[in-house]
Amino acid sequence: MIAYIFRRILYAIPILIGVNLLTFALFFFVNSPDDMARFHLGLKRVTPQAIAVWKAEHGYDRPLFYNAVAPGVEKLTQTIFYQRSVKLFVFDFGRSDDGRDIGYDISQRMWPSLAIALPTFVVGLAVYISISLMMVFFRATYLDTGGVVLAVVMMSVSMLFYVIGGQYLFSKVLRLVPISGYDTGLSAIKFVILPIAVGVISGIGSGVRLYRTFFLEESSKEYVRTARAKGLSEIRVLFSHVLKNAMIPILTGVVVVIPSLFIGSLILESFFGIPGLGSYTIDAIRSQDFGIVHAMVFLGSVLYIVGLILTDISYTLVDPRVRLG
Amino acid sequence: MSVAVARTVRIAALLGLFAFLLARPAPLRAQLNDPYPAADANKNILYTAFMERPKRLDPAQAYSADEYAFISQIYEPPFEYHYLLRPYTLVPLTARALPKPVYLDRQGRQLPATAPSDRIAYSVYTIRIRRGIMYQPHPCFARDASGRYLYQSLTRAQLKSVRTLAAFTHTGTRELVAADYVYEIKRLASPWVHSPLFSVLSHYIVGFKRFARTVAHLRSTSPPVDGKPPYIDLARIPMAGVKVLGRYTYRITVRGKYPQFLYWMAMPFFAPMPPEADHFFSQPGMARRDMTLNWYPVGTGPYMLTVNDPNREMVLQRNPNYHPDFYPRRGEPSDARRGLLKDAGKRLPFIRQVVFSLEREGIPYWDKFLQGYYDQSAISAESFNQVVNFTPGGQAQLTPSMRAKGMHLVTGVAPSISYYGFNMLDPVVGGYSQRSRRLRRSISIVINTEQFISIFRNGRGLPAQGPVPPGIFGYKPGCSGRDPYVYDCVDGHIQRKPIAVARRLLAEAGYPDGRDQRTGKPLLLYYDTAETGPEAKARLDWMRKQFRKLDIQLVVRATDYNRFQDKMRRGEEQIFAWGWNADYPDPENFLFLLYGPNSQVGGNGENSANYNNPRFNRLFQRMRNMENGPAREAIIRRMVSMVQRDAPWAWGFNPMEFRLNQAWIYNVKPNYMATNNLKYLRIDPVLRERDRDAWNRPVIWPLWVILGLLAMLVLPAVLVYWQKERRSPL
Repeated sequence: MIAYIFRRILYAIPILIGVNLLTFALFFFVNSPDDMARFHLGLKRVTPQAIAVWKAEHGYDRPLFYNAVAPGVEKLTQTIFYQRSVKLFVFDFGRSDDGRDIGYDISQRMWPSLAIALPTFVVGLAVYISISLMMVFFRATYLDTGGVVLAVVMMSVSMLFYVIGGQYLFSKVLRLVPISGYDTGLSAIKFVILPIAVGVISGIGSGVRLYRTFFLEESSKEYVRTARAKGLSEIRVLFSHVLKNAMIPILTGVVVVIPSLFIGSLILESFFGIPGLGSYTIDAIRSQDFGIVHAMVFLGSVLYIVGLILTDISYTLVDPRVRLG
Repeated sequence: MSVAVARTVRIAALLGLFAFLLARPAPLRAQLNDPYPAADANKNILYTAFMERPKRLDPAQAYSADEYAFISQIYEPPFEYHYLLRPYTLVPLTARALPKPVYLDRQGRQLPATAPSDRIAYSVYTIRIRRGIMYQPHPCFARDASGRYLYQSLTRAQLKSVRTLAAFTHTGTRELVAADYVYEIKRLASPWVHSPLFSVLSHYIVGFKRFARTVAHLRSTSPPVDGKPPYIDLARIPMAGVKVLGRYTYRITVRGKYPQFLYWMAMPFFAPMPPEADHFFSQPGMARRDMTLNWYPVGTGPYMLTVNDPNREMVLQRNPNYHPDFYPRRGEPSDARRGLLKDAGKRLPFIRQVVFSLEREGIPYWDKFLQGYYDQSAISAESFNQVVNFTPGGQAQLTPSMRAKGMHLVTGVAPSISYYGFNMLDPVVGGYSQRSRRLRRSISIVINTEQFISIFRNGRGLPAQGPVPPGIFGYKPGCSGRDPYVYDCVDGHIQRKPIAVARRLLAEAGYPDGRDQRTGKPLLLYYDTAETGPEAKARLDWMRKQFRKLDIQLVVRATDYNRFQDKMRRGEEQIFAWGWNADYPDPENFLFLLYGPNSQVGGNGENSANYNNPRFNRLFQRMRNMENGPAREAIIRRMVSMVQRDAPWAWGFNPMEFRLNQAWIYNVKPNYMATNNLKYLRIDPVLRERDRDAWNRPVIWPLWVILGLLAMLVLPAVLVYWQKERRSPL
């Protein structure tokens, strides 16, 4: 397995270089270093001299990909792309364009993101699995059909609707929780309850539909019929046999997102005023801060790759027949 | 009792307890939705919000309203605007008096105050500051018993675990001296500080440019420290035009006559900077730990920043060392009637702490305001009709529901202008011929600003008649100030000219019925904008509709802001929308937007229309150095008439701001020049707590309904399951 993981890590390197290249090209296709300088220096009374000084101080006075005037290998190394990319591979995220330490900011802002994302993920998973197992139990009945229709309706509704509706109902009309905001420690609980509930409810439609499909497929197999024939209760059949055997497709979708929970949710954080990494990324895009955008895309890619590797490893844990080699 | 029954009883008891806790009339805390700590209830704290995080808190760099909302409460320039008096009036803040400039000729001989501008080579301002003003407590001033600074020679080991200023346990203070003001002016000249005022001041302050060159050379040739350029002690390097004359006196020499210079000196750019603070933050390793002047301001003002978390909240705390400062004793005649002089002569500031919370979205911001968790709020377009209605006379008033809450509305016309510009370099809409003037005037008539204000701004704006907005010297209200090419005066009211006039002008311009009479082709014009997305669509459709009134086809070229700016700089736009907010209350700050040498193309200036009329330019050069008075007003009148005739802009509108205040907040008067207004505000926290309590009683019963509905869903399933399980096998 170690050789497999090592090989996957090696495969990841070209993927990360490609992601890096794409991010870089897309960002500088939309924003030139002059635009960035102008934005950071303010929109009034910005002189060309000030732009030149800012670019030099932030390393944006070099060519993007190829430095024709530099000697030898410096043609490639004395470029914005090289200077900005190499350190990322040792997780040195550098400084944002307004001078802040990106690594430190990420380490501070991942906790609010996790405070929302982790409970949403765990509670959501439990709720989706429970509901879909219940629908499988009542398969081909009105309850099942009604549930599927409701799930389709719920997955057709925009996330924004749940957010605004949740804020309206629970914060404005019922006045049970604050509309938005955040605090540290235990005081954070009253702020995260609503975003977690909204996150869970907004995912019920798609989650339940997906897991129901997995469970239905398993429940029609021979071993399930055998279990029923043995006289096992339906609950035991579903939870001890169907659920266990449906874990592989579930894990495919679940484990891969676990590392990405750090990245946060753009919409939830924005509407609920959560100072997490989702809003950090949005702010960086709006303020044309290449340092942060670059770091966050890179981090997202790394975490996704880690998630894929973890998924593969988890297969071996739930299914002894699977061997990584 | 069987085990099953006992378990059922236990569950029922637990559920009963849970139900009691939820349904009891007085819960543990009345306001479950209170976003603030319960311990802060009834405290003298102002709660407000910010939607854009401040990028810079260094007074040499900050230049936007988002940033001034904070630093203007912390830093104190020598002068400020009187809070109540209008027109806007400068008064001393840390200075003992407003300085009278001494005029000198080229040989350095003193000239009388009435000397003509062209004879004045230099204006000398001598500023005397008040004694006994102390800085806020800050580690940069901390000293040990022997008088040595504690934190000015920090080692790598000392900084190892430091991430915030709170890590420095000792603080100190010292008296404000004139040298601190001089130090800040030298920072404005230092290229690495990136002050937006650099280009303006380098034209005026004697020795400013040379100083910039000297320090830049010194910095680049000095050996780096820890891989970074070293700290340069600016106090040791002289600047010819800025001198410390004594502990409390300094002098600034400005080229020529420049009366607007005093206005600049009322902005945070000219606030004092203690060299200890600059040195403290310049130590190796500080910037790496995000400890900079941009993050931790150091001032003498009424407040100090104690929490700087722009992703969540910023907190200003009353500065314990704040010098005696008092609420103004005089104001406008109506101020006493409006209760704005009740606190006259009382010591400032009134509020102990100000909490700014980040609100990225308008809906939560507005809802929290309605719940009493914010003390002030702007009014969004979506909520406008819920809040404001207009009397038949056009007077804005609060709706009964808002009045019932005791809220009060404060309105004012901002010294700003939003306009549509024509690129004067464009071969079709630009130029100074009679033909192009008529084309621009006809377009100015059909762009119905009144309708725009009504549809898109809920009536919050005044149709502009020229570049000078209300509240600025030279503005003429009513018929006498109207643009006679666009508006008529009917029964003492200005009225937009009919479309027929615009069509006639268009025909005279060579485009009868919107077709070029030389080629017969339809007239196609381009509107360049950075407005994109669904929200902009309605406005752009409206714009197309205006041009269709003349059968002109308008092509909207919407791009992102960067591309739009590129086009503007290269002069590739044709018609565009732009705006300007006053830096200071002087007509020069608006008329310079049409001054030829200030053109965007070629001059890299703020004249976006690239208007360049030599007669206008000459008048501008005369007007800008004059004191306000009849002679200056006459010149402004001529200049405004000139641009009304040439029509480089379709004037657009002067925005009106509506701000809603809770019943418990006092002394609110809009002052669009002063940004240090928080010290004047007073609140009644007891009234606030009472209202919040009444407005935020939690409603529990719908939870029971929801639980009941869930039970109704689950119960049949449980019954079916139970029956299924009990069914005997075949």
